[in-house]
Amino acid sequence: MKRFIGFVKKEFYHIFRDRRSLFILFGMPIAQILLFGFAITNEINNVDIAILDHSKDATTKEIINKISASKYFSIKQMVERESDIASVFQKGHVKAVLNFEKDFSKNLIKDHKATIQIITDATDPNTANTISNFVNAILQQYQKQLNKDITIVYQIVPETRMVYNPELKSVYMFVPGVMTIILMLVSAMMTSISITREKELGTMEILLVSPLKPFQVIIGKVFPYIFLSIINAVVIVVLSIFIFKMPVQGSLFLLALESILFIISALALGILISTISATQQTAMMISLMGLMLPVILLSGFIFPISSMPIPLQVISNIIPAKWFIIIIKGIMLKGVGIQFIWKETLILLGMTIFFIGLSVKKYKIRLE
Amino acid sequence: MKTIGYIIQKEFKQIFRNKGMLPIIFILPLLQLIILSNAATFEIKNIKFAYINNDHSSNSRALLDAFEASTYFNVLNNYSSENQASEAMLNGKVDVILEIPSHFERDLQKEKYAKLGITINAIDGAAAGVESVYVNQIVQRFNKNIKVDLMQFSDAQVQPITIETIPLFWYNQTLNYKTFMVPGILVLLVTMITLFLSGMNIVREKEIGTLEQINVTPIKKSQFVIGKLFPFWIIGLGLLTVGLIIAKLIFNVPMIGSLALMYFYTSIYILVVLGIGLFISNFTETQQQAMFIAWFFTVIFILMSGLFTPIESMPKWAQTITEFNPIKYFVEVMRMVMLKGSGFMDILPQLSKTLLYAVIMNGLAVWSYKKIN
Amino acid sequence: MSNNNVIQVDGLTKMFGDFTAVNAITFNVEKGEIFGFLGANGAGKTTAMKMLIGISKPTSGSATVAGFDVFTHAEDIKKNIGYMSQKFALYDDLTVKENITFFGGIYGLSRARIKEKSKALIEELGLESVANNLVGSLPLGWKQKISFSVALLHDPKIVFLDEPTGGVDPITRRQFWEMIYKAADQGTTIFVTTHYMDEAEYCDRVSIMVNGKIEALDTPKKLKEQFKAANMNDVFLKLARG
Repeated sequence: MKRFIGFVKKEFYHIFRDRRSLFILFGMPIAQILLFGFAITNEINNVDIAILDHSKDATTKEIINKISASKYFSIKQMVERESDIASVFQKGHVKAVLNFEKDFSKNLIKDHKATIQIITDATDPNTANTISNFVNAILQQYQKQLNKDITIVYQIVPETRMVYNPELKSVYMFVPGVMTIILMLVSAMMTSISITREKELGTMEILLVSPLKPFQVIIGKVFPYIFLSIINAVVIVVLSIFIFKMPVQGSLFLLALESILFIISALALGILISTISATQQTAMMISLMGLMLPVILLSGFIFPISSMPIPLQVISNIIPAKWFIIIIKGIMLKGVGIQFIWKETLILLGMTIFFIGLSVKKYKIRLE
Repeated sequence: MKTIGYIIQKEFKQIFRNKGMLPIIFILPLLQLIILSNAATFEIKNIKFAYINNDHSSNSRALLDAFEASTYFNVLNNYSSENQASEAMLNGKVDVILEIPSHFERDLQKEKYAKLGITINAIDGAAAGVESVYVNQIVQRFNKNIKVDLMQFSDAQVQPITIETIPLFWYNQTLNYKTFMVPGILVLLVTMITLFLSGMNIVREKEIGTLEQINVTPIKKSQFVIGKLFPFWIIGLGLLTVGLIIAKLIFNVPMIGSLALMYFYTSIYILVVLGIGLFISNFTETQQQAMFIAWFFTVIFILMSGLFTPIESMPKWAQTITEFNPIKYFVEVMRMVMLKGSGFMDILPQLSKTLLYAVIMNGLAVWSYKKIN
Repeated sequence: MSNNNVIQVDGLTKMFGDFTAVNAITFNVEKGEIFGFLGANGAGKTTAMKMLIGISKPTSGSATVAGFDVFTHAEDIKKNIGYMSQKFALYDDLTVKENITFFGGIYGLSRARIKEKSKALIEELGLESVANNLVGSLPLGWKQKISFSVALLHDPKIVFLDEPTGGVDPITRRQFWEMIYKAADQGTTIFVTTHYMDEAEYCDRVSIMVNGKIEALDTPKKLKEQFKAANMNDVFLKLARG
């Protein structure tokens, strides 16, 4: 046991003496969460749109004013001809063009119907859809106003309640994801480097010859990083709560435990990566190239997993981050207790044991 | 000039001899491009839907049938009470719950007015918004059909005023998210590879001692830097080429604009990334530090590039920061040229900023490389 | 002034903040000499050498190497010197031939010349069978010899060797010094640092650095007389004890 403690102490010294790396390991997550918490959002505001008004009458003016008044839109320019639309889009600033047909007011009065084309630049389909929906909503409102004296019969009115996030703040969606990603990447990267560094410098052989069992070496290497990562996790959670006003509806204690579990799983993954890499460079490249994009894309952080093709949904199951995001959202936003997230917790636990087990096995193989 | 040739030759040999790294540089990114691009979609499908039917009338059944028929919703369950349904939502089993009140049909026929209760899991605010739109669409369609059945002569015949909106989606009628994402992901991959390779390169020579050896030779700083950057520049362009082929063949991404323009822009863009990598490499002592710093910037650049969330949605100060993010320009140019056919003049702002960035960054990299301490 | 000195050092000093690593050293090295730059680990030898080979800027004092000023013409110095670092810096992932070609090319040798020198080097060291093997696969002794030969590729006037025999067995050390003698015979000046005091015997003259200063400078024979010591090791011990 004493040997083990000595070994762990050495690992701590390594870390704390490398000031630059230390600064980065702590500074980075803080800087990133601050940045992303504020910047990552898909709420639209002040989107530049253009107007092509073939009628230029009182009604169209009124509608245009309504749109202009909305915080979501900003009218950048007027377009005179249909043939100009393409070049407007090509410049890249304007995201939508509203095309009012000729004789708009007249048609409304005569036929009770007039048409507006909502032409969006759908190279970003998500924004295009959102813009389309928002413009539509404004127009529906206006339409209601026009019809306020007419009673509409046989009306079914849905009353919609948004739960867990009534104000539809995108922060609630993204902050858990950002927390998870940063923790995962930092943890995996930290340990993957630690082991391959020993290999490259040759001190690994000293470890191999020592009386420490492989299991002890691996745990000893992970240990200091658990400590560091917990500090990171605490800072991240504190920032989320105080700066981004994330609620913690559920138990903080449970959140802490689950975070520790996740950290260990990420660290274990890092160790696994290092046992299959010959050099630091390889370990780092795998941690970053191999982990970063899959984690961002498949964890449900930004893109909903249920909308992905089935094979990818299956793959997403092996990414620890996916399960942890469900857990965080559950505890912080839904306020659930362990009885609702025991499945996800068990999965994380299983993954951790698997990663550590596999690492020990691979480490042993190198011994022989 | 010849000296640069020797360095380039050495670098290429070293890169291709590194058996461990080759798959990471070439196969891994392309694999990711192919697989992960399929993940990128904001389309909302397979919405987990459940209902509580307190009415059990034929009309309520008809409404539920409409949801069953919809491809957006997966009708999973029906619950007998709100508590049951809420618990299911807490468990993550459902995301949308429709509650049909008792007397739904009666209210509709007698009072000509009925309500529906809809509860939506709004953690993902954007998705919730879309789900709400879909629910409303189905309800309104049902409403329209019902009116036709229920209308009697005694009912008012005044036709309401309708503003008909026709949504037109240019460049991507099917709202295929891949069209948007594939060029973007390609950008990311090219960036990551070139950044990490160049970032680690000089530090590695520092760590093994060959850098000192080179510093004692009469080689000029600029020759050294150019010789080191060139192979990675070629690799970056190579990756781009294969990536574009994949984009076209596998994902059918439209390639409307000028290919030459894309390559021209990319050549300059890669120089920026390499310059950053080299600059980092000059200031760090170990590969580990170089990697951490490169990682720090990469994550920030990637998430703030407008690839996943629009830059226009960011607060003003964040948008200012993105001015310094080379990836932002690349993503914009790729999308503009490839998907909309924008021309040289259209991308001139991005092009000139990137060029400036390249000059400054590489200048800094050369200047900060000290042959003499 | 007809001067046979290829290296002239006068009051050369290097300070790192408050710490003086090299304290106003003064000495000369003549053409064709084998000059031993001795001292314990940490005495300042490597720091001093780094100034002479132009990769470290001195704090004060002056020095010329191969006729060029270390302050103003460091790059010219580099054209005329060769260097072998402590780490035998060769590229492990390049073959013997490729390393030679690379360094030859960097020094501006023509293709023909590189080919010629490469052949000669490989023959002389008996490396024909491993010429196309990666340097990383070779034993330390071979790396050492290749490293030295690479330093001489461009026929420099002076070659600087930093602890060139570290970690190598005695027989290989002996062979290595024979290579040094051969180079010196052909007119190359050898500037070698080492903490192996027995190697001092092989040099024409040696200087001994203690704590940044040169405390002794003469031929090995005269130093032994001066300090009444049986060998250079004893000279050093007497000096170190002060």
